Formats: sequence, C-alpha cells, structure tokens
Amino acid sequence: MARFKKKKAGGPQSINTASLPDIVFMLLFFFMVSTTMKEVDLKVIVRPAQATELSKLEHKELVTFIYVGVPSRAFQSLYGNEPRVQLNDQFATVDDIQSYIAQARDNMRESDQSKMIVSIKADKECPMGIITDIKQALRKAAALKINYSASQKTTK
Amino acid sequence: MAKRDIPEVNAGSMADIAFLLLIFFLVTTTMDSDTGISRTLPPVVPKDEPPPPPIKERNVFAVLINSQNQLLVEGEPLDISQLKDKAKEFIENPARKDNLPEFKEIEVPLFGVVEVSKGVISLQTDRGTQYQVYLMVQNELARAYNELREELAKKKFGKDYKDLDEDQQKAIRKIYPQKISEAEPKNVGGK
Repeated sequence: MARFKKKKAGGPQSINTASLPDIVFMLLFFFMVSTTMKEVDLKVIVRPAQATELSKLEHKELVTFIYVGVPSRAFQSLYGNEPRVQLNDQFATVDDIQSYIAQARDNMRESDQSKMIVSIKADKECPMGIITDIKQALRKAAALKINYSASQKTTK
Repeated sequence: MAKRDIPEVNAGSMADIAFLLLIFFLVTTTMDSDTGISRTLPPVVPKDEPPPPPIKERNVFAVLINSQNQLLVEGEPLDISQLKDKAKEFIENPARKDNLPEFKEIEVPLFGVVEVSKGVISLQTDRGTQYQVYLMVQNELARAYNELREELAKKKFGKDYKDLDEDQQKAIRKIYPQKISEAEPKNVGGK
C-alpha cells in the first residue's frame, strides 16, 4: 500500500544549492585564467607612472623585473627613504644588476635569451638619476630591450 | 540478487572547497597586465671605436628636461602639451624649411622611392628629473610618431595602422622610424 507523507504546512522552502559549486568553480577558473601570480613581495613603494602609448608585455617568461622606489614604511628605518632598487625579493644596489641580469638570462631557454626584456617598474616620483644608472648597468649587461612600466592614463 | 545501492557522496561541502580555492587565487594573484613603453638601449660603445660622425644641427631635435621638470626644446622653453605637435612638425617638415631636417630618398617596399626624414630626436635629462615627467616626454614623442604612422596608414591603405598586415606596418615603420637618442645624463641642477 502506498503511503503518502503529508507535506508539512508552511515553513520556508530550502533553495537547491546543487549548482553552487559549479558557479564558484566558474568564478575560480575565470580568476585563474585572467590573473597572474604575484612573483615577489614588493618592498619598495611603486606607484606606476602613467602614459598613453603603451604596449603590452606579451611573453611573461621573457620578462625580468627591476623595481625602483622608496622603501616601504616597514623598511624605512633600515634602508632610509632614498629610492632603492629591488631585485627579486631583496634590496640591491645598481652594481648588483649585472649579475642579476646574467643570472636571469641563464635561467632562460637558450632560444629565448636574445629576446629578453627587462621591465623597469619605477615609482613615478623617483628621480632619473637612479633610472639612468640602471640603464647604464643594463647596457653593460647587454640587456638592451627594456620596458618602462606604466599604466594607462585615464583622464586627460 | 538485489541491486546494492551505491551510497551517494555528499557534495554539500564542494562549494566550500571551491570558495576556499577561489579566495586563495584572489589573494595570491594580481590582475594587472604589464603594460609599458618599450625602448631599446644602445649597445655599449667600445673604447677604441672612433666617435660617430657629427649630425647636422638641423637634423637634431633637442629635448632637455631639467631637475625642475621644465622642458627646453630646440633652445626654447616649451610646455609638454605642445611637444607632440612640435615633434611632428620636426619629423614631417611639411614646408621643407631650412632649419628642419633634411630628407633622403630610400626605396621602401609597397611605397616605392620615398623621402625619409633624417631627423633624430635627442633627449637629455637631469639626474633630478622626475620619472613621470621623463616618461610623459617619451610618451609624447612616441605619440608624435604613432600619429604620423596612423596618418600615413589612412592615406595609403585606408585602414588603421594596427589593422595593417605585417609587411605594410614594416613599410610604414621604415618611413617613420622612431629615432630617439638619449644622451648621457647631466647633473647640472644639483640634487
């Protein structure tokens, strides 16, 4: 004999959440595809300069970064508040750049070595002196393709 | 024999796991795509190399930036907003003036023989110049070239420069080569 369960009267209906994981996974994949991993912890403050004639850095594996800026507050007592260079995760001096570039080049595939691009991410208020020193060091290191990192200028 | 029920896996915590992953990726990744102004540095000149032949004064467009971020273009103070037009005039030399650069005729595929400006833009900064100002100047100069290329692309092919194919872009780049030379910096303005 069939038995019928009597539906309880009233009470909120529960929402079916079976597709929630799907939605969240979709978001997850979106973020995985559209973002990139943070490679280094910035120890210097870099407020990007702005420009309009930008080109995109397409091949991530060819790019080596040099950060320039004033040390962030936590490091100011140790490193002062003059603009400094950051290579990988450490503070460095301009003299370290040559060996840094050589090391970065060694880590690249041989076919890519000639296509190496160095991206200079400098704070917008940093003086040109240090940038010029970096450029001279890069010339000596024969890393001639450079990119001045900048963000799109929004308002004219 | 009775069919045994396969116990259903409880997927209720799936959403939690996915959220956890999602938040992990949100925190550890950055959205910013890397954009910037690309330039090529000149290689180091060997010591025993003879100095390059001097360039005629009229072929040089000298841009100087001092430590107060002021511009001196061709010996006159100039606002950055006028730099692009001035640079365009210099590269194009529409009236073929005597004080603006000379032209040489070269053979360019798709175009035939064309006159190409011999002009070189020389950019010199002070050690105290702000990076943003330097970049803006670079940007304006690049904009001058890009606009000229765009105009030529429109005139010749009736299309935007970025829509042209590789050979056409190459030809246009040959007619308007980006010649920006950077002199060694000076430290005149002090710190």
